Amino acid sequence: MDFTLKVWRQAGPKARGSFETYKASGVSADMSFLEVLDVVNEDLIEKGTEPIAFEHDCREGICGSCGVMINGQAHGPNERTATCQLHMRTFKDGDTITVEPWRAAAFPILRDLVVNRSALDRIIEAGGFISVNTGSAVEANMIPIPKVVSDAAMDAAECIGCGACVAACPNGAAQLFTSAKIQHLNLLPQGQSERWQRTEAMVDKMEEYFGGCTNHGECQFACPKGISIDFIAYMNRDYLKSKVTNRKLGGQGFAT
Amino acid sequence: MVEARPRSTVEAGVQPLRRRPEKQLPYPLSIYQSAVGKKWVMAVTGVVGMAFITMHMLGNLKIYLGAEELNAYADGLRTVGAPFAPHGFLLWGVRLVLLPTLLLHVHAAWWLWRQNRRARPVKYQSKRDYIAADWASRTMTWTGPIVLLFLAFHLLDLTWGTANPDFRHGDVYHNMLASFDRWPVVVAYVAANLALGVHLYHGAWSLFQSLGVNNARINTARRVFATLFAVAIVGGYVSTPIAILIGVIE
Repeated sequence: MDFTLKVWRQAGPKARGSFETYKASGVSADMSFLEVLDVVNEDLIEKGTEPIAFEHDCREGICGSCGVMINGQAHGPNERTATCQLHMRTFKDGDTITVEPWRAAAFPILRDLVVNRSALDRIIEAGGFISVNTGSAVEANMIPIPKVVSDAAMDAAECIGCGACVAACPNGAAQLFTSAKIQHLNLLPQGQSERWQRTEAMVDKMEEYFGGCTNHGECQFACPKGISIDFIAYMNRDYLKSKVTNRKLGGQGFAT
Repeated sequence: MVEARPRSTVEAGVQPLRRRPEKQLPYPLSIYQSAVGKKWVMAVTGVVGMAFITMHMLGNLKIYLGAEELNAYADGLRTVGAPFAPHGFLLWGVRLVLLPTLLLHVHAAWWLWRQNRRARPVKYQSKRDYIAADWASRTMTWTGPIVLLFLAFHLLDLTWGTANPDFRHGDVYHNMLASFDRWPVVVAYVAANLALGVHLYHGAWSLFQSLGVNNARINTARRVFATLFAVAIVGGYVSTPIAILIGVIE
């Protein structure tokens, strides 16, 4: 298969970028999208030009490194797949494919297709953890958790932090990421003691960096893990409750 | 929970758009300081607005029963609760609720619009291909101002009468006929109501999400509810001026 790739090239964070066109010929239909970029890069290196910088790690859809916009869709056209799981059989022979980095104020471009997603880490640092000492792992059945609840928590915990929700959102909002990271803890008994501080702190931190949700619903289809926007609704509910509950704590539990 | 400092120049390159307001207002007001809280306020004020346009639409339909019925209904709105409540008690009570409701809804929308533009200063340079974000949800910032502009004209036309060719205070039936005999007004009315319908198609679905009213049993019904509500409202409102223009009501 032969493809024409239009790839965003940008030398550095402050540099002006533009689309460059590359040919990828003799591509196997079973190749992943990242392997095609590898093929193009090998060509570029042989020619003595700078290869395309793109982020990747596990190449099996669990690390969340490899997100790019492919033909205007986060992680490409397939549902529930990361860029590395997108195979070239999805496209037609001779297609022109446009590749662009995530775009958001919170995700400044470092180079070519690589963006800085550390704003997501700031949200996790605000409360995306359980800070009680648990000692060694207790026998799993000591804490009874209904099956549906643990299933829902696991659905939220699937989030790999790739940033596709932010990239796909017309508002550049990180609601899907934040709600997943809040709810996988808030749903479980271990997460209860810090539930309300966590919710308020993480939402407030998210709003410092990202846009706000206006319920387009685009993120849940862009999400390579298919996380539902139902978690956003649960987060909204918990946030409202946290305002009442945290009031009783007199503002304790927050670093200002 | 202690805030970590940036550990590298790469991390330091990400700057917040705004800081969490250090001075948090007292409890119920502090909700409105956050974007999530603003969406909650938008949903609540949206529900109030939906209740109002439903009642207003049902009132409008009285025109099909004739001049006496409609004018008696309009007068009844002022004299409800008489002789105990003063004249115009209900009317002014509703207005006192609706005005802050509208102001809050518009202010929250404006604030979110501004914040969301700042959240993506550089747009995508290639064409976006949206999957779920439909036309209605992406045009909320257009349909809203259209309805708002129409509302200003609507008040001038049928409440204060300054934009009405032959305004008679208290004669609602006559005023509507006088106004809707002008075809540009009918076109504007229909266009504004279609914008309202598109606005409601997204809003009536979206409000459940903002309020956190979400469970498997109602989720499937939300889209159906929003569609039926928007169609009923637009149909009810638009029928009147068209009926007047083509001469069904005289």
